[in-house]
Amino acid sequence: VAMTKLGQWLCGLALLGSAWAALALEPPGLRLPAPFRQALLPLPLYLLVAFGCYSLATVGYRLATFNDCEEAAAELQEHIRAARTDLRQRGLRF
Amino acid sequence: MAAGGPDRFSVLLPTYNERENLPLVVWLLVRTFQQSGNNFEIIIIDDGSPDGTQEVAEQLEKIYGSDKILLRPRPSKLGLGTAYIHGMKHATGNFIVIMDADLSHHVSWYFIKQKEGNFDIVSGTRYKGNGGVYGWDLKRKLISRGANFLTQVLLRPGASDLTGSFRLYRKEVLQKLMEKCVSKGYVFQMEMIVRARQLGYTIGEVPITFVDRVYGESKLGGNEIVSFLKGLLTLFATT
Repeated sequence: VAMTKLGQWLCGLALLGSAWAALALEPPGLRLPAPFRQALLPLPLYLLVAFGCYSLATVGYRLATFNDCEEAAAELQEHIRAARTDLRQRGLRF
Repeated sequence: MAAGGPDRFSVLLPTYNERENLPLVVWLLVRTFQQSGNNFEIIIIDDGSPDGTQEVAEQLEKIYGSDKILLRPRPSKLGLGTAYIHGMKHATGNFIVIMDADLSHHVSWYFIKQKEGNFDIVSGTRYKGNGGVYGWDLKRKLISRGANFLTQVLLRPGASDLTGSFRLYRKEVLQKLMEKCVSKGYVFQMEMIVRARQLGYTIGEVPITFVDRVYGESKLGGNEIVSFLKGLLTLFATT
C-alpha cells in the first residue's frame, strides 16, 4: 500500500509521540530513573529547535554556494548574436 | 533503446508570446542536434499568441523544413499539461524533450547523460555540479533555495531540482506519467518527478545554467510563492 508523505509523517510522529509520552510523562508501572525522565521531557522541543538551526544553516550554506554562471551568460550572448545573424541571412524577419 | 532504429528526439515547445525567444531557441536546438548528429523534430505548440509567435514559427518551418519543425497550434491558452499531451500525439521520437522557451540549456549534455546511465528521465538541476544561475539577486536566490529545501524535506523526491524547466523523457515513461499526474501548471512538473520515483523510474541529473530570460519578464512574485506552497502541500498530502 502506498502511503502519502503526509501519511508517513503522521505515522512517524504518532510512533515517536507515543514512545515519548510513555517514557517521559510518568505513567504508573513504567518508571525510569528521574534523570532520564527529566532529559526526555523537553526533548521534542530541543529536536524542533535543532531542526530549525539545521534548516537555517543548510539554506544559508546553499545560498552562499549558489553558482553565478558568468561564462554561461557570456556564451549565451554570443549564441544569440550568431543566431540573429544566421537567421536574418536565411530570410527570417524578426 | 528503439527497436531496430537509431534514437530520435522530439522536442515539445509550448509557446505563449515567445515571438522574440522562439527563433533563438529553435536555432540553438537545430545547431545542437546537427552537431551531435541526432535525429530530431521540434514540435511548436502555440496557444494562439497575440504577439505573432505562430507567424514566426511558420517562417522557421520554411527555413528548416516541415520534417524538422512541426507546427501544432491551438486556438487559445489551454495550459501546459494539455500542451504536452497534444504535442505527444504528434511526436515520432522515442525520446521526448520538454523545455521552456528559455535560452540557457546545453541540450547535448542530456543525451550524453541518458546514454551514460540508460536513464528513463534526465532532469536539469541548478543546484548541483556547475549548475547555477545568472542575474539573480540575493532575495531570489534565497527564495529558490528555501523553497527547494522545503520541497526536499517534505517530498524527498530523489532529484535536487524539481522546478527546472528542461527534461528528457523516454516516450513511454512520459505517457505513463501524464496519465497519472493531475496537477496544473508547473506543480505538474514537480508531480512528474515525484510519481516517477514512486514508479521506480531512473532519474539522471545534468547541471544547467539558468540565465534570466533575455526577453520577457521572469515570473516570481508573491502570488507565485503562495501558489507554489499550495502546490507543494497538495503534493505532500496526495503523493
